[in-house]
Amino acid sequence: MQAWIYRKTFNMPMMQNLLQWLAALSAKNRILWLKVLIWLGAFIPVSRLIYLGFTDGLGANPVEFIERSTGTWALVFLLLSLGITPLRSLTQQAWLIAVRRLLGLWMFAYACLHVTTYLWLDYQFDWVDIAKDIVKHPYVLVGAAALLLTLPLAATSHQRAIKALKQRWKSLHKLVYVIGVLVLLHFWWLVKKDVTEPVMYSLLFALLITLRLPIFIKNRKS
Amino acid sequence: MLLDNNRRNPSGILPSEITPQDLFEQRRTVLKAAGAAAAGLLLPAQAYAAQTLDFQKTAFGKEEKLTSFEDVTSYNNYYEFGTGKEDPAREAVLFKPTPWTIKIEGAVKQSKTIGIEQLMKLAPLEERIYRMRCVEGWSMVIPWVGLPLKALIDWAQPTGNAKYIEFISYNDPRHMPGARIPVLDWPYIEGLRMDEAMQSLTILAVGLYGKVLPNQNGAPVRLVVPWKYGFKGAKAISTIRFVEQMPHTSWMKASAREYGFYANVNPAVDHPRWTQSSEKRIGAGLFAGRIKTRLFNGYDEVGQLYAGMDLQKNF
Repeated sequence: MQAWIYRKTFNMPMMQNLLQWLAALSAKNRILWLKVLIWLGAFIPVSRLIYLGFTDGLGANPVEFIERSTGTWALVFLLLSLGITPLRSLTQQAWLIAVRRLLGLWMFAYACLHVTTYLWLDYQFDWVDIAKDIVKHPYVLVGAAALLLTLPLAATSHQRAIKALKQRWKSLHKLVYVIGVLVLLHFWWLVKKDVTEPVMYSLLFALLITLRLPIFIKNRKS
Repeated sequence: MLLDNNRRNPSGILPSEITPQDLFEQRRTVLKAAGAAAAGLLLPAQAYAAQTLDFQKTAFGKEEKLTSFEDVTSYNNYYEFGTGKEDPAREAVLFKPTPWTIKIEGAVKQSKTIGIEQLMKLAPLEERIYRMRCVEGWSMVIPWVGLPLKALIDWAQPTGNAKYIEFISYNDPRHMPGARIPVLDWPYIEGLRMDEAMQSLTILAVGLYGKVLPNQNGAPVRLVVPWKYGFKGAKAISTIRFVEQMPHTSWMKASAREYGFYANVNPAVDHPRWTQSSEKRIGAGLFAGRIKTRLFNGYDEVGQLYAGMDLQKNF
């Protein structure tokens, strides 16, 4: 199983072919095509949930199914957006930066679906019970904190905000690392006993942070 | 280790490429099963699973809406067959719940064993429709078929030293993939205080929905204590031990802060992870919301067992 995941995820020839094909396009088309691919890919999980919902395929506990699925995909998009910077420096493809925002916004979209499922389908907007759940259960608390921290990032994701905030925009968007840690804690603390999945995602997060270290050091020096 | 093996292995076949023996044998079993089915024959295990039980109806849970057979048999916590809810239904297919004997030992007149067929004749089988509340915040309504645990206790003849009963589940890593992973301290151990065990609501279930227990639900015999969280219901019981000291259960060993010995359903005692004041009823639908959890899961008659006890402390 692990070997299969590894082959599928890190199939370098496939990745290289895709990048070569993209590199052959004009800069504008390249970005456009990658964005189209991301949009199409990002719609698959939510379309699947809707399809399963209409065909009675969400299992015995459909609310839990949707909560897990949307939560996992928010985490995947968070990791993908964090992957852009290391991928740029490893492949020397500077234009890749143009899709980072899209990935970050999809993380936000899935996080919103996740929280909506929780507030609506799980708790039927029973605010007293929701408040109790947040205060009493550490995993819900860190999840709520992570969501709150994504709000300023989503709100300042447009071009005007980037221009207006200048250097402060960069500092503000470093919050993504804090969000990453909170989200992983959310996952660890939610799991009853089998921590295989949180371990795998935490290792990926750690890898992405490690790959950034040379960039951090370079930026500090200059 | 790997390098060492390669040096002594001129064929160049990696050990990892060789099919493990148990998997190989499992494949043979699958093939045999397919062959048998094609010939119109049934394996004993399959014949067992299709068996309908003779039982009496009772008034328990008459007013409840049953959780579907599909949901009851596809959404299970049975870590010996994996930690995912769908794992047991898939992984327990080849598990053979027959022949089966239970060892009776500890503080009894004489240690002995009892076969599943004999157990099912100790008392008339009854249908008991019980609510089951999982510690994870969901619940079901299940039409169990079983007999009062009291019937077995009377047969076992415990001595005056028997203050608690320990239930030990079957543990076979060869046929239970989850039991190869130390997520819990195997074998699975649960326990009851003697008076809880004698309570007439406490049953040994041997079936559900009128048929023998499906493997994923704890075949061939499991404990059902409807006023306690579901994890108290030890599955595939292989040993019942009468003891003087409070048993140290698997979940207590895993996290004593989260799981107490009593594990009575109690909306006022919260869990570090899950809201215990309300629950999701399985099968109620996407928009049904939650229902309020009741003390002792609504089985008020057991309250007297805990008279004068601090239920916050003894959770």
